Amino acid sequence: MTKKIFFWAVICITSLTNYAQECTITFKGSVIDFHDGSAIFGATIYIKNLDRYTTSDFDGTFKIDKLCKGKLDLVISHVSCDTKNITVNLLEDTTREINLEHHIEELKAVSIKSASNFNTKTKQSSILKNDVIEKYSNQNLGDALKEISGVSSINTGNTIVKPMINGLHSSRVVVMTNNVRLQDQEWGIEHAPNVDINTADKITVVKGANSLEFGGDAIGGVILIEPNRVILKDSLFGKSILSGQTNGRGFSFHSSLTKTTKKGWYVTGKTTLKKFGDFQSPDYVLTNTGLNSKAFSLQTGLKKFEYGFNFYYSYINNEIGILRASHLGNIEDLVNSINAKQPSVIDDFSYNINSPSQDVTHQLVKADYYKRFKKLGKLEIQYDFQDNKRFEYDIRVGDDRNKAAIDLNLTSHGLKSSFEFDAKDNQRYKVGVAGAYQNNFANPETGVRRLIPDYDKYDFGFFTIGNFNLNDKTTLDVGLRYDYNYINAKKFYLKSRWNERNYDTEFNNLIIGDFNTQWLVNPEFTYHNLSASAGISYQLNEGNKILFNYGLSNRAPNPSELFSDGLHHSAARIELGDLRIQQETSNRVATSYAFRNDKTQFLVELFFNHISNFIYIEPNGTEQTIRGAFPAWEYKKTTASLFGLDVSLEHQITKDINFSNKTSFIRGKDVDNDRDLIDIPATRTINSVGYNNKKWHNFNANLESEFVFKQNLFPDNNFETYVPTTDTNVLVDVSSSPESYHLLNFRSDATFKISKKTDLTIGLTVTNLLDTNYREYLNRLRYFADDLGRNYVLQLKINY
Amino acid sequence: MNSMKTIKNLAIIAFFATTFIACSNDDDPIPVNEEELITTVTATLVPQGGGTTITLVNKDLDGDGPNLPETTVSGNFATNTSYTGTLSILNETVSPADNITLEIKEEDKDHQFFFSFTNSIATATYGDVDGDGNPVGLEFNLETSASGSGNFTITLRHEPNKLGSGVSSGDIANAGGETDVQVTFGITVE
Repeated sequence: MTKKIFFWAVICITSLTNYAQECTITFKGSVIDFHDGSAIFGATIYIKNLDRYTTSDFDGTFKIDKLCKGKLDLVISHVSCDTKNITVNLLEDTTREINLEHHIEELKAVSIKSASNFNTKTKQSSILKNDVIEKYSNQNLGDALKEISGVSSINTGNTIVKPMINGLHSSRVVVMTNNVRLQDQEWGIEHAPNVDINTADKITVVKGANSLEFGGDAIGGVILIEPNRVILKDSLFGKSILSGQTNGRGFSFHSSLTKTTKKGWYVTGKTTLKKFGDFQSPDYVLTNTGLNSKAFSLQTGLKKFEYGFNFYYSYINNEIGILRASHLGNIEDLVNSINAKQPSVIDDFSYNINSPSQDVTHQLVKADYYKRFKKLGKLEIQYDFQDNKRFEYDIRVGDDRNKAAIDLNLTSHGLKSSFEFDAKDNQRYKVGVAGAYQNNFANPETGVRRLIPDYDKYDFGFFTIGNFNLNDKTTLDVGLRYDYNYINAKKFYLKSRWNERNYDTEFNNLIIGDFNTQWLVNPEFTYHNLSASAGISYQLNEGNKILFNYGLSNRAPNPSELFSDGLHHSAARIELGDLRIQQETSNRVATSYAFRNDKTQFLVELFFNHISNFIYIEPNGTEQTIRGAFPAWEYKKTTASLFGLDVSLEHQITKDINFSNKTSFIRGKDVDNDRDLIDIPATRTINSVGYNNKKWHNFNANLESEFVFKQNLFPDNNFETYVPTTDTNVLVDVSSSPESYHLLNFRSDATFKISKKTDLTIGLTVTNLLDTNYREYLNRLRYFADDLGRNYVLQLKINY
Repeated sequence: MNSMKTIKNLAIIAFFATTFIACSNDDDPIPVNEEELITTVTATLVPQGGGTTITLVNKDLDGDGPNLPETTVSGNFATNTSYTGTLSILNETVSPADNITLEIKEEDKDHQFFFSFTNSIATATYGDVDGDGNPVGLEFNLETSASGSGNFTITLRHEPNKLGSGVSSGDIANAGGETDVQVTFGITVE
């Protein structure tokens, strides 16, 4: 008997000891909102089989320690969310991210959450938040987007900046502003997006065509500009930002004011004013590069959980001067410019904006309504209208001196509706339809042959996307979209051009009028586009995540690619489109790896994009006119293949010092012609070291080094031309890229509390600290002048 | 389901709405005949002291279109002869032809012609001035020397820097401005 008791005692003690040894496991994690990834504070994590519980912290984190190996039956609940039950088999210290469905948005704690339910887990997407966007208040969208590795720009000077995602731009990049697809003649290489950077409280860039709800033709990607979400409490707040800078001797002023109420009514007004005179390179004034910009927007509506509506109006007008020296007469002027070290015209600084210049006004109106259906989902319906008036002024003689050479009026209507089925815990579907009508009117009063013709365009689209949480670690997205595009244009062709293009062999049936030297032609084209996307993301463990996605997209040719046929005065080149151009098809695969721990964030993004019928424009010799010879650029098609790598790293070295690096590398191949693709960005790497001291009025200082390599991979489109005045044959080198360059930029700011609700941030920034002379391959003005010299910017921001 | 019906109705409304918006004015656009177009450059050269007048014509009727300009040289120049030259600039796509020469005269300060020869077959000097006393070139003098052949190029610069070094004596190098016309004639002196 004693033996038995002793035996059991040993067993008991052993087991008790084992218990003491094994019950040291910690289970921790974070409770996150399934919709927008924000932290959920005050969620209860209850272990049913152990009768233990804890609650989640402000940042959503929780920790339960002294746990034993074995099963955990967890019940996670929150007052505004659906309760979730999960089982965890505990063998060792475990960390878990738990997603809860947040149905009611009002929280006592004011946390301005992301403005959409847009799920980006399986897409290569990056977000720019308020604090980063405000740094670019005095600049523009294209400049701000370069904060994201892999996003560059193609410029005409520093005031016309077109975003470029993984080497693709213009019609291949869709800009969504406040859920409206921007329709502003984006086909033009010198047409920057007409949107005020200050209307953006959050910008999301999605690389690739995986966001099918916005369009099926975003081969490059989508840029989503969103305002802040409306919070359901009585409040009145706003901000004003005033910037002054030395380069351009100008200022930028932005102010916004928002009133929200508990009942859901709200109104937000924003306004921006900018005025800059001629900018400067390190050695000379860049004559006629000033900018005047005015913008205003108003949004109001009612936001309730069950239903709501919004009404939005925005206005922006940009008057942009284009470097005087970039205006050319003929190819001899181009050769002289390429060979000269300085622009041919350098005048003293002035605020005057003369020809050549652009004057663009864009107005946008949006009305939308939504309604939630219990246990089903959310219905949205939206109507939007845009009016874009573009005037381009060229250097003209006589009575036409002040008359625009290009006068285009683009009006676009859109009506769309979608239904999101989000009742089920781990599944979400969205179906939508969209219809659009667009009219372009090219005013003949200019006295200059139309750059693009009058046309009517109809689009109709249908999409369906599904989002599945296969388990706590895996997310799957799939999407399918169909688009129908129809364009009906009425265009004049010179009879000589009609024959030169060989249109007389197949398009004579489109001729509807004879005007002596010109035919009036009525091209009508229809395109059917099918796009699809699939993506999967997998959370390996707490700090490691990978994703993989595939996207198929088709893009119909734009009016410039189809209809260009003559001298584009402001570009001093003849541009020739082709009626036979078909739509582009892109197949893109991508993968990303993200690592995160307390001190470091690391992201690697890889992509491969194969585009058949890729449409591009490149020099093709010269054409002779009475003014001399002009370079002729023709739209062509080829098979393109692009691949690239974008890296971004952030590391907290000490409590106060951080380091970051962004590097991007891209290669573009013109497969059919076995050579490099034109206009591919060079490899660049940006390193920066920052210091932050929260005790010294949250003082920040940051030194950034930007190194851009010389682009050695470009197609040789150089050609020879005869210059009569010197009786020589000269090489016109339009292809060669400029040298590599290195820029140092410095930023600093500090925030002072003025009253309980108001604070003032003062920032001093110096860009191009060393006043380096450089030219950028993707700046079309690189033939004529150096890029910007040193610039001191002082920014005052008041939050109230 | 009620919601499905709503969606269906909305989709139908959407389709029709866009159709109705589209039923707007469908008139044909009017053609643009370029106003400041220059199609024809004619240089009339009268030999001083008698002889055959030479006419040089460069005509490009399709403007910026692909057709090459047509160049005609009426005859050969005589050696060691002074010719009085006059330029006529026209837009012949309209009838009657637009006389651009008058516009140039009105804005004489903004225009200057430049003459260049290859193989040293001739030289040119200005025969007129603008309001500031600077040359224009609608009237000029051409002097041939020994026999030979080469190119005679006439360039019209708009808003040149007339005070630039060498510009008022006919050197285009520092003239700047833009080129409104650049025509080349192959001429023979015998």
